[in-house]
Amino acid sequence: MKRFAALFAALDQTTKTNAKVDALATYFREAPESDRLWTIALLSGRRPKRAVTTTLLRQWAAERAGIPLWLFEESYPIVGDLAETIALVLPEPARSLEFSLTEWITRIRALAGEDEAAKRAAIFEAWDGLGGRERFVFNKLITGGFRMGVSQKLTTRALSRATGIEEPELAHRLMGDWTPDATSWEGLIHAPDPRGDLFRPYPFYLAYQLEDGPESLGDPGDWAAEWKWDGIRGQLILRGAEHFLWSRGEELITDRFPEFQRLIGVVPEGTVLDGEVLAWENGAPMAFNALQKRIGRKTVPKKLLSEAPALLYAYDLLEWQGEDLRERPYEERRARLDALAETLPNDAPLRVSPLIAFETWDTLASERARSRDLMAEGVMLKRRDAPYRDGRRKGDWWKWKVDPLTIDAVMIYAQQGHGRRANLFTDFTFAVWDAGRLVPFTKAYSGLTDREFAQITAWVRRNTVERFGPVRSVTPEHVFEIAFEGIRESPRHKSGVALRFPRMSRWRHDKPVSEANTLDDLKAMLAAYG
Amino acid sequence: MTEPVLTFTDRGIYCPAADVFIDPWRPVDRALITHGHADHARPGMGRYLATEAAAPVMRHRLGDITLDTVRYGKTLDLGGARVSFHPAGHVPGSAQIRVEVGGEVWVVSGDYKVEPDGLCEPFEPVRCHAFISECTFGLPVFRWQPQAQVAAEINDWWAANAREGKASLLGAYSLGKAQRLLAALDPSIGPILTHGAVEATNEVLRAQGLPLPDTIRVTPDLDPKAHPGALVVAPPSALGSRWARRFGPASTAHASGWMALRGVRRRRAADRGFVLSDHADWAGLNSAIAETGAERIFVTHGYTAIFRRWLSEQGYDAAVVETAYEGDEAESGAEETE
Repeated sequence: MKRFAALFAALDQTTKTNAKVDALATYFREAPESDRLWTIALLSGRRPKRAVTTTLLRQWAAERAGIPLWLFEESYPIVGDLAETIALVLPEPARSLEFSLTEWITRIRALAGEDEAAKRAAIFEAWDGLGGRERFVFNKLITGGFRMGVSQKLTTRALSRATGIEEPELAHRLMGDWTPDATSWEGLIHAPDPRGDLFRPYPFYLAYQLEDGPESLGDPGDWAAEWKWDGIRGQLILRGAEHFLWSRGEELITDRFPEFQRLIGVVPEGTVLDGEVLAWENGAPMAFNALQKRIGRKTVPKKLLSEAPALLYAYDLLEWQGEDLRERPYEERRARLDALAETLPNDAPLRVSPLIAFETWDTLASERARSRDLMAEGVMLKRRDAPYRDGRRKGDWWKWKVDPLTIDAVMIYAQQGHGRRANLFTDFTFAVWDAGRLVPFTKAYSGLTDREFAQITAWVRRNTVERFGPVRSVTPEHVFEIAFEGIRESPRHKSGVALRFPRMSRWRHDKPVSEANTLDDLKAMLAAYG
Repeated sequence: MTEPVLTFTDRGIYCPAADVFIDPWRPVDRALITHGHADHARPGMGRYLATEAAAPVMRHRLGDITLDTVRYGKTLDLGGARVSFHPAGHVPGSAQIRVEVGGEVWVVSGDYKVEPDGLCEPFEPVRCHAFISECTFGLPVFRWQPQAQVAAEINDWWAANAREGKASLLGAYSLGKAQRLLAALDPSIGPILTHGAVEATNEVLRAQGLPLPDTIRVTPDLDPKAHPGALVVAPPSALGSRWARRFGPASTAHASGWMALRGVRRRRAADRGFVLSDHADWAGLNSAIAETGAERIFVTHGYTAIFRRWLSEQGYDAAVVETAYEGDEAESGAEETE
């Protein structure tokens, strides 16, 4: 497993995409074929079934390390990773076991049917025979949750470099419910594919953020406006009685959204749509949290399918009857898309994102101000005579997002972060004034620079008033501007409100605590935007 | 009931019998200082007392201060207390401070590590009744490898970069860690360049006779190309800054105890993280405490609540004391950027 552990370390210790791709490509050229196959499986979330519960693993790790279980449990959240915590507390290995990745996985899977004593003996043997990062990787294999900071996109790029096969084809080959047991490297990567290249997506055209007002764009008559939705940008392909859904990262996510299957036969073959995948309820998009539950799930349970049904809100037509329309002007593509929409049954998981009618930039600005009410993030501006370009190119598509809501609040509790931020105070609770008292209303974890986190950490250490387990109350002295995307009523919170995406947007060194906002200010926001 | 040998006040650790403070964080008349790091040796005290070896760095950092010095192991009578300084092995000149009043002995550890590093005076256990210990790395997940092994890893990294024609940027705290590395690494691999903050400390320590290899200070007119294959030692905060850009596509690394955690390594976003600390690891803390023979243990900065509970279960009378010490490895905030 040395080679795989070295790959893991190489991927882990760099943030440079090219270095990751190089390391993976080398591995895909040199490792034994069965290990390559298992590596692709692990990178795409196909991991061996968990053979030992984490409860037992914690107990055994504490036992082997000679520490009480509570001490192990206290260390775990600080390290932030169970496999790593176990690897760190165990004593140095007594010997060195040399097995390949595939052999280790085979051993781990064989444990599933064993009794507890046999499992314990096997785990202790492995711990005593693996050092450093190999032990960590072994623990990752038994605990599952193998995240290596490599997207499917990077995997396919590296595979492409190692094999000379084009990326979209590889992405397509890696889809579906294959397992390393049921296929081989040859079968998965090289065997001829009867489906040809029906799955091939067009590159996405990405919009730029509009920094100045829309006046900079000239005549409003040259522009069309749509709502900017907060979903997953998707390209839906219907060709040859099959459908394929690609995400903006050019990941194939067909399996995660089985509802689009229903469009086969409804939308004619040879159609490619660009739009936003949204969770949809009662004729309107749901909050992003609903969709979030479905991202990252390889298979979607029935319950979730009915709780958060997905729909494509289409805003562009890239291919029609097999013809590439991208060079045609936006207006023409849009007209054809609207015509297609006319033919759709009401219950189809496909609708057309409406245009926003406007004469002047002022009327558009007042429309944009309504974005929150419609669950939109702002508006999109598209030049009427522009072709569908590729990549992020300035000029024809602009996103004009609404500004976040903000409130000035006082920091009252601090908690140490974990994992990446183990030695810093990064998790804070904020309060607003209510009749002379500070009432907590939100937590926030992000938005400060590393330097600011270090500063506030040093300050928290010196200004701790009281400790409640890992949480410290601090002298109310610092005011932060909290930015957030939405506010709703919440009986579960003391303040009666819950915020969406709260983060620290500014450290208000200039503001004394007495000038922080009040609970009444929050309630006014709730009345206006809740 | 007699007064305790040391008490804990909002200005720092106080000895009533001698009317002195140890590593105070607010101005006081008389301060005994364990070592020169900024969170232990602060400006504004009336008079300072430290070891002879700690004095040059303190003068360098604090400027014109009234500073008396004492050699390790020499006992001073201060009021009704007998006070002596003993090597803490943390950085050159660092000390534990032993205070004896009426036969009762308390020791303040300051910061310490138990492994000899070849540069500073090795840690000496001091028998006492009560021990005030830091516990920056007071969790069983922190376990250091021998220095020679870590030095070999760093040398290999440096040599590999040198072969590729790349500079090696190594982030290390500019008092202590940087010089420890300089003394432990292999200068035959290539030239060693230093950031101004590191070199300023080098000069002070060289002047007091510490053996450091030759280094070249990075100045605005220095041409990095004239020093191919160089190791560049700089404070951690300088890596990734505009200052570091002059070295072109370099490989970056940090040397710190925190590098034991994968999450912290990833956040620092360097190419390599070497686990090397000037604080005691889990085993070091436990052995140091056992060797004092003390029954009462006060834990200060670090994972205090957890470490206190562990010590209580081991049969010690243990308590947490809130202090303003940050630990010099508390990441970039405590990092000076002179």
